[in-house]
Amino acid sequence: MPNVYKIRKGLNIPIKGEAEKVFTRAEQAEAYAVKPIDFPNITPKLSVKEGDRIKAGSPIFFDKYHPEIVFTSPVSGEVHLIKRGEQRRILEIIITPDMEQEYEDFGTADPKSLSRDEVVEKILKSGLWPTLKQRPYSIVANPKDTPKAIHISTFDTAPLAPDIDFSVKDEFEAFQTGIDALSKLTNGIIHLNVNADYPPSNVICKAKGVQINKFSGPHPAGNVGVQIHHIDPINKGDIVWVVNPLDIIIIGRLFIKGIYDATKVIALAGSEVLKPRYFIVKTGASIKNIVKDNLAQSPDKLRFISGNVLTGNKISENGFLGFYDNMITVIPEGNHYEFMGWANPGFGKFSMSHSFFSWLAPWKKYKVHTNFNGGERAYVITGQYEKVLPMDIFPVHLIKAILAKDIDKMENLGIYEVAEEDFALCEYVCTSKTEVQSIIREGIDLMIKELG
Amino acid sequence: MKALRNIVDKIKPHFEKGGKLEMFHSTFDAFETFLFVPNKVTNKGSHIRDAIDMKRTMIIVMMALMPALLFGMWNVGYQNALATYGPTDFWSVFLYGVVKVVPIIIVSYIVGLSIEFAFAQIRKHEVNEGFLVTGMLIPLIVPVDIPLWMVALATAFTVIIGKEVFGGTGMNIFNPALLARAFLFFAYPSHMSGDYVWVSGLTKGEGIVDGFSGATPLAHAAAYQIDKIPSSWDMFLGIIPGSIGETSTLAILLGAIILIFTGIGSWKIITSTVAGGLVMGLIFNAFAVNPFMEIPAWQHLIMGGFAFGAVFMATDPVTASQTERGKWIYGFLIGILAVLVRVVNPAYPEGMMLSILLMNAFAPLIDHYVIQANIKKRQKRAVKVAQTS
Repeated sequence: MPNVYKIRKGLNIPIKGEAEKVFTRAEQAEAYAVKPIDFPNITPKLSVKEGDRIKAGSPIFFDKYHPEIVFTSPVSGEVHLIKRGEQRRILEIIITPDMEQEYEDFGTADPKSLSRDEVVEKILKSGLWPTLKQRPYSIVANPKDTPKAIHISTFDTAPLAPDIDFSVKDEFEAFQTGIDALSKLTNGIIHLNVNADYPPSNVICKAKGVQINKFSGPHPAGNVGVQIHHIDPINKGDIVWVVNPLDIIIIGRLFIKGIYDATKVIALAGSEVLKPRYFIVKTGASIKNIVKDNLAQSPDKLRFISGNVLTGNKISENGFLGFYDNMITVIPEGNHYEFMGWANPGFGKFSMSHSFFSWLAPWKKYKVHTNFNGGERAYVITGQYEKVLPMDIFPVHLIKAILAKDIDKMENLGIYEVAEEDFALCEYVCTSKTEVQSIIREGIDLMIKELG
Repeated sequence: MKALRNIVDKIKPHFEKGGKLEMFHSTFDAFETFLFVPNKVTNKGSHIRDAIDMKRTMIIVMMALMPALLFGMWNVGYQNALATYGPTDFWSVFLYGVVKVVPIIIVSYIVGLSIEFAFAQIRKHEVNEGFLVTGMLIPLIVPVDIPLWMVALATAFTVIIGKEVFGGTGMNIFNPALLARAFLFFAYPSHMSGDYVWVSGLTKGEGIVDGFSGATPLAHAAAYQIDKIPSSWDMFLGIIPGSIGETSTLAILLGAIILIFTGIGSWKIITSTVAGGLVMGLIFNAFAVNPFMEIPAWQHLIMGGFAFGAVFMATDPVTASQTERGKWIYGFLIGILAVLVRVVNPAYPEGMMLSILLMNAFAPLIDHYVIQANIKKRQKRAVKVAQTS
């Protein structure tokens, strides 16, 4: 029997609006988008222009420094708009889908009978390579590397996160085929990290060719970075890859059907959603039709997030689901003043500390908004991050090393083992309201720049 | 509160950049954020933030100090009444204390906050809330008859030299409140030590009850007058002479419960400081060659400033060890040193202040070694993997 890794540090933030376990097949969205900003450390070079006709699986752009890594369209249709930001940075490539979907044919194959190179080529060509991320640094994997291991977290502990067991329940064949394909990519172990607190779906626990590791505990126990840290921490020079279970299913479909079928099950959650539930959509879909008529307030008072409340990206009510995201969260904006907030007894305010009377009701769930709840300050309180970071790492000292741009110290303090998502709770609990996740990403960018 | 908000919004532009009152921007900001939690929303990173902020944190510490402050006020009056045949009913005793203590608090706040506001303005920072606590701690650790100008001078010294020269709140090395006390102690020893400073009215020497001694229990112990040490119960409750807020272990314990329960004070530091004090006390008991060494180890916890220091001073997160393991070591050494200085140093019977200040200086070193251990572990792991593969 595999071990159970008990995670003791962490925090489950009790937020209202968990998705009800009901599938709804969303109508085809009005538009889909591929967003280069979803991929850190990628310099996009477009291979389409506005007005081009494309199929599902046709390349949209590629990475300037790794031209073999292409990013493809999840649907067939017409390139409607290439949205640019400051300095002409490409933000979104928006595609208007056809009524009848056409797919690029990549050819069916049994991954077990293919060589590693053939598997790599197929995944690269279909645009699914970016689903593979490498640690350290949490960036798109380099096809020239052979990872020491591949880690898959099959559960998400983030606030309101979808139940992945539920999302994958009808996809056994595709999931196993995806695992078979992955097993060609590494000589090491494929770690399937499951939640020990309840029995995982058969799709996951019957998977073959994997090592199952059990984890139990509060968020961030479901973060793959935390799991790697406990199973086999990353040392300097190590490379491991991580991939999301829903993306394994898409990889599996590539081999079974020969097409890029970007269909996945996502959750729509949050206190401001009238009927939070699961939707079957395609990667990059506009959220417009799933949030329409399903909101508790007018959209200008709401924050739409692709992903979870801790690590997701802010999008508009007509925004698009991110490439790696499995959920859409809608919470109220907090752009209002609160009179004498610090003196409020705080029955309705959640805090990790017991400094509000909300501790009297540990069962309660909260409507949380996006207010900072205070001003930014120098570090005063200590020991706070340590309570929510289940890693043998000194978080504040690592952050200070990053701010000081001290590469040696960053390396010594464990920069290779972390990604910004692992520090999301630190950012949440911080009394000094420090932007921890951006600092960690800055540190990672600096490491990439200095050490390549 | 809409009306108040409208007024604030109306006058706000004057304090913004280019406004005619721009030089008071930090001051305005401090008052505005005091009245209203700002409407700033998250933009990158986590979309939601914990409800706690620095203001809330400091308010909790203030609440934890309230039992010690209120008891201190009462005890100031009560000790005075004992010494002078004064009335001992609750209200007259308490009011006497209020009249004595409140001016010290006001002076400490006015001096400290004006310097803080000025520095915040010069640095274009927001005003930090740290002084709210420091400004309350200073009055609680001085003798009640201290001249107000000394309080003002010590406060100014500690805010400028102890804190702002290092870069302000969060950057200082020494606990600001203790630094103020140390400044007074070395600059004006006659007002900070001896048997006559601890009870209000004693220095004037008129109408004093014959045979009343204003000496603290520690002074009795240091003079080997063990029979004159008050009962343990009196020391625990705090009905003894001493600095304003330090006498009642019970009141301090209430504060400790608030700090530990809310998670704002480090229970590790408090526990390990107490443990250190007990261990050193037991060591002295084992090798006792004088009556002070024979005092039961646990009595050290209820005498002098030990409890106050352990709960409110050693736990200052900025000047304490910042690593969790370091906190154990840091607290333990404070306990050891405090009792060591008390018992061995003949000149000065209280060791808590000096031992905390000394450990403040050593806290970065403790952290350094704790972190080095983590780094070595990581490097060893990498070497081991490199060898096996």
